[in-house]
Amino acid sequence: MRVTCTVNGEPREADDVWPGESLLYVLRERLGLPGTKNACEQGECGSCTVYLDGEPVCACLVAAGQAQDRSVVTIEGLPGDRVQRAFLEAGAVQCGFCTPGLVVAVHDLLARVPHPDDREIREALAGNLCRCTGYETILDAVRLAAS
Amino acid sequence: MGSSAERPDGRLKVSGEFAFSSDLWADDMLWGATLRSPHPRARVLRIDITGAVALPGVYAVLTHQDVPGSLHYGLEILDQPVLAIDEVCYEGEPVAIVAADHPETARRAAARIRVEYEPLPPVVDASAALLAGALLAGSHLDSNLVRHVPIRKGDPDATAEVVVAGDYEVGMQDQAFLGPESGLAVPAEDGGVDLFVATQWLHVDRRQVAACLGLPEPLVRLTLAGVGGAFGAREDLSMQVHACMLALRTRRPVKMVYSREESFYGHVHRHPATLHYEHGATRDGTLVYVKARIVLDGGAYASSSPAVCANAATLGIGPYAVPNVVMDTYAVYTNNPPCGAMRGFGAVQACFGYESQMDKLAGALGIDPVQLRLRNALSTGDTMPTGQVVEGPAPVAELLHRVSAAPPPSGLDILPGGVANTTHGEGVVRGVGYAVSIKNVGFSEGFDDFATARVRLEVVGGVPAALVHTAAAEVGQGLVTVLGQIARTELGVEQVTIATADTSVGSAGSTSASRQTYVTGGAVRAACVAIREKLLARAGVPLPELDLVDLLGDDAIEETVEWRHRPTHPLDPATGQGDAHVQYAFAAHRVTVDVDTELGLVKVVQIATAQDVGKAMNPLAVVGQIQGGTAQGLGLALMEEIQVRDGLVRNPSFTDYLIPTILDMPPMHVDVLELADPYAPYGLRGVGEPPTISSTPAIVAALRAATGRPLTRVPVRPDDILESDPHS
Repeated sequence: MRVTCTVNGEPREADDVWPGESLLYVLRERLGLPGTKNACEQGECGSCTVYLDGEPVCACLVAAGQAQDRSVVTIEGLPGDRVQRAFLEAGAVQCGFCTPGLVVAVHDLLARVPHPDDREIREALAGNLCRCTGYETILDAVRLAAS
Repeated sequence: MGSSAERPDGRLKVSGEFAFSSDLWADDMLWGATLRSPHPRARVLRIDITGAVALPGVYAVLTHQDVPGSLHYGLEILDQPVLAIDEVCYEGEPVAIVAADHPETARRAAARIRVEYEPLPPVVDASAALLAGALLAGSHLDSNLVRHVPIRKGDPDATAEVVVAGDYEVGMQDQAFLGPESGLAVPAEDGGVDLFVATQWLHVDRRQVAACLGLPEPLVRLTLAGVGGAFGAREDLSMQVHACMLALRTRRPVKMVYSREESFYGHVHRHPATLHYEHGATRDGTLVYVKARIVLDGGAYASSSPAVCANAATLGIGPYAVPNVVMDTYAVYTNNPPCGAMRGFGAVQACFGYESQMDKLAGALGIDPVQLRLRNALSTGDTMPTGQVVEGPAPVAELLHRVSAAPPPSGLDILPGGVANTTHGEGVVRGVGYAVSIKNVGFSEGFDDFATARVRLEVVGGVPAALVHTAAAEVGQGLVTVLGQIARTELGVEQVTIATADTSVGSAGSTSASRQTYVTGGAVRAACVAIREKLLARAGVPLPELDLVDLLGDDAIEETVEWRHRPTHPLDPATGQGDAHVQYAFAAHRVTVDVDTELGLVKVVQIATAQDVGKAMNPLAVVGQIQGGTAQGLGLALMEEIQVRDGLVRNPSFTDYLIPTILDMPPMHVDVLELADPYAPYGLRGVGEPPTISSTPAIVAALRAATGRPLTRVPVRPDDILESDPHS
């Protein structure tokens, strides 16, 4: 099948999509956008978080066909670098595999709650697994980005 | 040096541009898939690939008959088949591989391979497997024993006024890195292959891959692709040989990426362990003897079990001075999933045993648990159970003092059960627990543990620039940052580039055993020093006065250095005596928990850690290692376990294998000591592992303090905490 959607503001088209493919697969393997990561394919880890019509979703749980005529924003298309900069300065990046998904999730959090307290940060990021940091520096990064 | 320099790969990682091994792509690329055994033990009677080959889009279906070289590989013992031959010894063992033009096609083709098995009864109990006459875990074995390490120090018949004994158990933990096993193999015109892969040690991969492919090593070229975490799980081969076989057969690039489920089957885990300890002490709390027996379940193949066994043995009584030790540690073959390296490597299991015992002894003596530890704390000049004298700083007491004096928990008060609102504080009790750990840094027992560094200094664009080339694997820990800091400091140049790690330079050894900053850092420093000496000889004036641009002109100065730490020595096979380790590292934890005693739910409120790192090369990275390691220890204490029943893994997913989320982690207070080790480059001490080791027993000690329950097994389950068993 053919899937047509807007990705990072550009109209994009993918041909010969097998109906079982996820949005994540189409982004990574057909549209040349591997910044969105695949770590569990069950919606447990948040590594594949993207915006779908402005809502953060796990791209692994969205069937490619569900993205038809909709708007997708990935890590490659995020405007500004306030959150990214804060991740670097706070030491919130180690292996970096969870980072793109976390950056999208934090971007979404700060858009909704510009000055979150620690409890709000923890609840907002509870769907994003990180195996390297123990999350302390991720909290630091969010506090820094919000300041 | 000593500043929190920014990661050179950081900008690419936050923008999504960093190329992890699963992100690689090539024109005309095929996808590989693996068919795995559904049985923990079975004879393989017949493999019929015709159904798979017939599927459109399939380019190759390969079995053991297609392995061009050695049919087996392994880190220490060549016992693991590339593809099962006539027997499978664990659930998930690779049997056949497929290359196809779409990953789903490859998976469907693999599912169409017909394998006729004759299931055999699996060996699943490691302790029983050691008994005379036990069923063997494989037809290639004549015993289920991988290794026995005895330790005999002092008087084996020593007696004491106060004796406590206990039995403990550690479940099977998974490294659960986020970036799955993956890589891209590209066939080369010279008959060789280029493999881009996420690994911990390029050269040991190459040695095994070349042997299995039947190729000379120079024709197998490995390049490190972006590594999404490692924690020990990338020490063994996974898809390396398979992807190369498929690429060489199809003459097309082949990419393999494990799914999360496959990843649980595709790498080794932390050894589950049963531990029996007996501690004898005087009434004032001075340890007289320790007797212990540890059994580590190594699963179906040897992997690094022999070294894990030696670590559990030599570090098995903890950072305490004890005159008399009788200890026997065994690693055992079973038909459970193969176990090998994971952060802490044998020291984790032992630490849960000996620290649980220290608390039990403190209880029996009526002494404060911290006071008991202080009374027996190892210090410089003391001897280990191996007879090795501890050289350099051994600040066990200082670390305990520091965590004891750490600020109390404050602020965030999420109750057990969290936002589920299962309590408003009723039934919730608080507890505090302590633990200390010891870990060896670097490879031990006489291993030739070296690293190679090539550094090139030249003028680029009018400024002096250094290129640092090693084969050391950056796995997230920040080695590339530190190597750059070393080159900047030693050469006095701003412009430093870290070349991609590959096998065109000599081995750097493994990114494991907390050794890379020590050994490859040492090699980079040595190469820089060699360049500096050449410059000085050329100029005749001190380095700060040199004008490098003038002096270098159009020349490049390049130095390649192989650097070794002080030699270590084997253990005596009968007594376990020997100077087996090059450096010891220490950490201490204090943990505060809240426990809902009606529901068995736990909230860790705060963790305070103190660790001696010798020299904090990059303080931000050091603290990151300590916090991340502590979190993995929390996982083992409270939630992480691969559930294996009758040799079958029951929870191979992130839905069922839980790792800590940001809601599970408490605020962490980290206190970093810098007591220089006179033998190590810059005085540094390996950092990565100690915090993983003692956080687990400290959490369980806090749970015991809160509940009074014995809690002899990790991970602790809600039922273990409940005041009364709801089923009784």
